[in-house]
Amino acid sequence: MARRRFCKFCAGKIDYIDYKDIKTLSFFVPERGRIAPRRLSGVCATHQRKLRRAIKRARHLALIPYVTD
Amino acid sequence: MREYETTFVLAPTLSEEEVEETVTSFTGVAEEKGAKVVNVDNWGKRRLAFPVKKHDDGFYVVLTLQQETVEAVTELERRFKVNDSVIRFLSVRVDEELKTAETSRLRRKPRSQESAENPDSKAEADEPVS
Repeated sequence: MARRRFCKFCAGKIDYIDYKDIKTLSFFVPERGRIAPRRLSGVCATHQRKLRRAIKRARHLALIPYVTD
Repeated sequence: MREYETTFVLAPTLSEEEVEETVTSFTGVAEEKGAKVVNVDNWGKRRLAFPVKKHDDGFYVVLTLQQETVEAVTELERRFKVNDSVIRFLSVRVDEELKTAETSRLRRKPRSQESAENPDSKAEADEPVS
């Protein structure tokens, strides 16, 4: 993931991060399956919190992996 | 009015017709319990990110319900647990999250209009620290 100095969600004016929107979520879940830290993704605290919740919901539904080796 | 999103995944061993049937039976249950079925979103067969109950694929269905109580969702979840063809499910109450999203959207809106119409008044409006 490229280092970004701005929050993608703030820039895109996205207020609700949907757990069904795998395209957006997978951007923040690199190959290992771990959630990208803010320091790399540049996501602001508010959106990181929402993102985290959305990713966890998506994982439960087997939309995105918990781990990949 | 509360809004719930109930997503469930059906086993890939079912036929398309059986999926249809199961979905209608579930929406029937929801309506019986007094919920309004706002939307039924059938994604069709999808690959799972990891095997669930030895299945690699599943039929994803998203129900959007409106009701003042959790009654319909509780009943649906009870049935999901009993029904072997349901391999995963998740119910989320979305109305509050959508509401907070809406307020933050509105909070931003007037500011951008203001700055467009009257750039001078923009100076005192603090940028949201986000």
